[in-house]
Amino acid sequence: MKQLLANPVLVKEIKLRFRSLKSFTGILFYLIAMCIFVFGFIMLTTSFTGTGYFRPEESFFMFAMLTYIQLGLILFITPGLTAGAISSEREKQTLNILLTTSQTSFQIIFGKLTSSIAFLLLLVVASLPIYSLVFLFGGVSPGQLGIIFLFFFLTMLAIGGIGIMYSTIIRKTIVAMIATYGTMIFFTAVTGFIYLVITGMNSMAAGTLASSPIAHFFASINPVVLMLTLISPGSDSFITEATKVDLPIWVGYTIFYTCITVLSIIIAVKKLRVNMKRTR
Amino acid sequence: MIEIKGLTKKYGSFYALNDLNLTLEEGTVFGFVGANGAGKSTTFSILATLLQPTSGDAFVNGKSVKTDAHEVRKQIGYMPDFFGVYDQLKANEYLDFYGASYGISEKEREVLIPQLLELVNLSHKRYDYVDLLSRGMKQRLCLARSLIHDPKVLILDEPASGLDPRARVEMRDILRQLKGMGKTILISSHILPELAEMCDEIGVIDGGKLIAHGSVADIQAQLAGEKQITVKLQGLLENAVHFFEEDPFVSKVELATEKNAITFTYRGTEEDQINLLKKALDHSLKIISFTETETDLEDVFMEITKGVK
Repeated sequence: MKQLLANPVLVKEIKLRFRSLKSFTGILFYLIAMCIFVFGFIMLTTSFTGTGYFRPEESFFMFAMLTYIQLGLILFITPGLTAGAISSEREKQTLNILLTTSQTSFQIIFGKLTSSIAFLLLLVVASLPIYSLVFLFGGVSPGQLGIIFLFFFLTMLAIGGIGIMYSTIIRKTIVAMIATYGTMIFFTAVTGFIYLVITGMNSMAAGTLASSPIAHFFASINPVVLMLTLISPGSDSFITEATKVDLPIWVGYTIFYTCITVLSIIIAVKKLRVNMKRTR
Repeated sequence: MIEIKGLTKKYGSFYALNDLNLTLEEGTVFGFVGANGAGKSTTFSILATLLQPTSGDAFVNGKSVKTDAHEVRKQIGYMPDFFGVYDQLKANEYLDFYGASYGISEKEREVLIPQLLELVNLSHKRYDYVDLLSRGMKQRLCLARSLIHDPKVLILDEPASGLDPRARVEMRDILRQLKGMGKTILISSHILPELAEMCDEIGVIDGGKLIAHGSVADIQAQLAGEKQITVKLQGLLENAVHFFEEDPFVSKVELATEKNAITFTYRGTEEDQINLLKKALDHSLKIISFTETETDLEDVFMEITKGVK
């Protein structure tokens, strides 16, 4: 582990990232956005109800909204941080030199991915004091928050992996970024739409609901649906009823995104350098 | 140290390299001469394990670039013709990053980096950001970077391109020092006479084919014994032009750019050349000097690649 963290690419990337003003302004605006939402929400709730106090149910609602904002920011920032990791090195003409060093392709990809994830984790950790306001007003357990952060981490890893993969196989950063955002939109919006279409067609065709593992699969890989089931446990019962598949959403989500992460990293590692052994 | 066997690289029907064969002994300084697109950078990229050959193989210290790429990378220091540097990284940190990338311990790097910066005359720029250095300094820093793991072979793709004369001289001095260290150096350049001075062997590549290979003297000898002679005279040049044109070994008699001088191409032996000079003096030509112009590598290159497709 120590050897993995002493990765030269990781150390260099972190050094470069924190020397740039962009990173600090990024964190600043991220926290400002969160603060505006939280304090705005508290102010509006207390002034509209006219009671002057903030109920635990309202605190829970604020927690749910915060979680979705955080998820939205993760989905939006991760492709931007990872989709240029390799292609920008190629564009800056530093990649060839890096590839002639004795670092393995895995070390380079791992260094690039972990440096981006580390920055995202910093963003999430920096937002914890804002989250802690929820505990002040009650309505949410620390365990629930922990689980949600765990799934944030898995989502970051998966989208980060996809971004790095596109960055490796696509020469231009802008194209890699479009491809990563496209994939992310597919997972967050298109999968939800497909789920609705399949369950809708199922109910219309059979009159009664038939078992639909495909619909369940599309619901399982949707981060928005997953967050809903994590924020209010038991809310996935409507999916179980609609698809007749009794498998918790988080299980499908974990399996799918772990596979996606591993697969993306394997492809990135394989494609980073030319395969000298291959004969044509 | 370097062995290239039947190396071919094809892009569709275009041959970037066509059956290249080359063997270089340890400690050789090899100059690769060729026009743009001749195949120099392709050869270097394959040797640096950055490009996959279509067929053939290349070996560095007995390790194949195809089957032992990781080992080859440890043996070579590669400096590409175009390269970038990281913004926000200082010169010593730049070298430190690459040192760590080669698995050199932090303690060793602390000793090594000042020595390398000293070698390339950049000690005073140690704490400067690399993106703010001049082009010549970046080239020297990149050379230091390619030496950080003490490679046996240095592959330098046009290291002097785009440099001003002073920076070129500095680069040449550093390369001389490296030659003295016994490194095997492969170097390509468009500044051809520079190679003649530095290289033990040169190879001329054109259209992906190695069309000449040997010592600088050998390559010059391939010019079929032709010599360029300049004669400086006093008096009427027309008489001299007529006289030299009549000699069977003389061709292309022209007025030289130098005042009162003519030049011509001579194909005779040294004995014939002595007789020609004697005859010229007997013919009352007032000769001030009769000199053989040295053929430089530029002329050799132009002559060898003439008509090669």
